[in-house]
Parts: sequence; structure tokens; C-alpha cells
Amino acid sequence: MGQNTVTVTDSDFASAIASDTPTLVDFWAEWCGPCKIMDAPLDELAGENEGKLTVAKLNVDENPSTMGAYSVMSIPTMIVFQNGEEKRRLIGARSKGQLKSELAEFLA
Amino acid sequence: MSEKVLIIGSGPAGLTAAIYAARAGLEPLMVEGFERGGQLMITTDVENYPGFPDGIMGPDLMEQIRKQAERFGTRIISSNVTEVDFSERPFRVSVGSDDYTADTVIISTGASARWLGVPGEEKLRGFGVSACATCDGFFFRDKELIVVGGGDSAMEEALFLTKFASKVTVVHRRDEFRASKIMVDRVLNHPKIEVVWDSVVEEVLGDSLVTGVSLRNRTTDEVTRMDVDGVFVAIGHDPNTEVFKGQLELDDAGYIVTPKGSTSTSVKGVYAAGDVADRVYRQAVTAAGMGCQAALDAERFLEHGA
Repeated sequence: MGQNTVTVTDSDFASAIASDTPTLVDFWAEWCGPCKIMDAPLDELAGENEGKLTVAKLNVDENPSTMGAYSVMSIPTMIVFQNGEEKRRLIGARSKGQLKSELAEFLA
Repeated sequence: MSEKVLIIGSGPAGLTAAIYAARAGLEPLMVEGFERGGQLMITTDVENYPGFPDGIMGPDLMEQIRKQAERFGTRIISSNVTEVDFSERPFRVSVGSDDYTADTVIISTGASARWLGVPGEEKLRGFGVSACATCDGFFFRDKELIVVGGGDSAMEEALFLTKFASKVTVVHRRDEFRASKIMVDRVLNHPKIEVVWDSVVEEVLGDSLVTGVSLRNRTTDEVTRMDVDGVFVAIGHDPNTEVFKGQLELDDAGYIVTPKGSTSTSVKGVYAAGDVADRVYRQAVTAAGMGCQAALDAERFLEHGA
């Protein structure tokens, strides 16, 4: 796990996404190859955008209720939350460049 | 200064080329692409790669081959190539705003899963439509699914999905599978798997989540609706050659053209290995073999200019 990302769980999920600062939650699992591909780009994105975007990781194996609540049916799924609301959902692995352009409005 | 060998792609072909080129002292530079490791990263048990009598997980196999390539000094860039210019030597390979030049290039960009291209599919991708059973099967515990396709990867996906789903229906356009016999036998004898022959998916149904599919029987033209929670697509792959269009000779399906028994392309000094140039075998071990050939071809070219 990267040094710039935080870990969230079912129990602290609500408070984690409540912030006015956008929080990207990466739904992942140990057995998911494409999820591993996202580790480095997400860690770098978090490092480069400190204070603008929080990047949080949620393990779907260990946190089934959050996964169910947001109908996550494919991983990696990355959802950006702000003030507790879902603002953007990205499904599937992508490069850091792609992430940056798709999330530009949150990184300004 | 130009690289001696630049390798594009990091599946079994690219990494094997890297091992050989690195051991030959050519200090290869690999642009691995952000989907590093290639298709094996989304497979589970690999039972037919020699040297692993108990099988090995696809991602573990790739991790080991990658370590082997790095051990001999392969340098790796984790991005996608955005543009190439093979019109003169040294060849130019661009990764975003960074340009690299190289005396030889080995292309091993592999292939990507093909989608059905029917209404509803794109909208419901990630909401019940998937091309990666190992990634998404987990989300379909006790649900009913279909797998579309008739090759080895369709059989593998169907069998894997039985771990989660209550029922898996394989939908295939023909009346027999082209998959290997061992896989076909496992599918046909599995208590949770049914097969619908001679049929194609006409539409994926559902507003926010998949609720079903409409199927058309190709012999009777009868259209039926089937209630399912998930659609897994395994109908084959297309070579990743978009970036090489206009630079190399490609065949009508987009594969890089190489003469039989060689990895040479239409440009001297540019070689192709693995699924990007192979529409026949497409196995991890054949890709690795072609990667070895490409590295030896590149080495010979650097020595003799031929």
C-alpha cells in the first residue's frame, strides 16, 4: 500500500467521505490484478495533490456493506465523494494521465 | 544516446525478450504500459505453462518473469507509448512528452478483450457487464450469469464463475466449442453450467444494473429473453496496434505482419512478438518463445545490420 493513501473500512466510511475536500475511494481486493496496477498511479496522484484530494483504499473482501451500499460490481472502481455525496465514478484500471484528466475538476 | 533495444509491452513476450536482451548485454529499455503484465494479470490458474506442475496464478507468473528480467538489468518505464516514428533510424518512441530513440524496437503490446457491441453493453459495463471474471466474479455470489464465447477463455471464465454464481449459462454462436477438449469436458460436465448453442446476445437489458439479456437463435431466428444478473464477455481479443498504424504493415484484423518463423516486420530493425503478431496460437508459452526469437533477431541485426 502506498504511503500517500489512507485505509477506510465499513465502520469509518461515513466520516471518511463527509469532508468538503474530495475523497477518492478505491474499491480493491488482493485477488484483483488490475487493482494492483492502480496502486502506483493512485499513490502518486495522492502525493501530488495533497490537501486537494484524499485517496482512500477500501478492501471489498473485508468491507462488504459499503461495497453493497454503492452497488460496486466490478473492481477497480474509484468513486469520488464530497460532503458525503458521490460526485464521480470511474470503473476499471487507467493510467495516471487518464486519472488526472478525468478528475481535473477536483484537482484544480 | 540511443537505446540498443527498446521493448514495448510487458507480457510474456516482452519480458522474455528483455531477459534475453539483458543477458546479451544490450541493456534493454522496456516501456511496460500501464496494463503491465498483460492478459495474464486477469487470469487465475495457469495450468499449461511448463515448469509449474501444480499450476501458478497468472499475476504470480508475471511477477516472477518480471523479476527475472530486472535481475539482468532491464530498465522499466511504467507508461503507455503514445507515438512512434519508424521512418528512419534510430527509431523514435514517444511516451507522452518524453522521446526515446532506439536502434531496434521489439513490439509485444499484446491484445485486448473484445466487446459485443450490442445495445446496453457499454452503459452497464461495471454494473453487471464484465470482461474479467477474476476481477468481478466475487460480486455475483448466488446470482445467475451468462458467459458469452466458445474458446478457452470463455470456458475458464465459466468454470471460475461457478465458485460464486448459482448458475452459469454459456452462450455460444456455434454448435460446438473451439476450446481445448479438457476445458470443454469440464464445462459440459459441470452441474452448475448450462450451454445455449447457436445463439447470440442481441441486447443487454437493465436500467442501472443488468437484469437480463435478449438472445437470438441463429438457426431459428427466435428471440428469447433470459433473466440474468451478470454478463461476462469472452469472445476473443483484438491486437493492440493502434499506435503502429501507418508505420508497420498490419493485416486486415490489425495484427502486425511477420513472415513465418521470424519476428521481422515490414521495417528492418523492428520486431514483433506474442499476441500482437500471432492470430493462431496466442499462448503464454508461445508468446514467450516469440519474445526470445525477437531478442535474438534484434541482437543479430545489431551485430550484422541484417
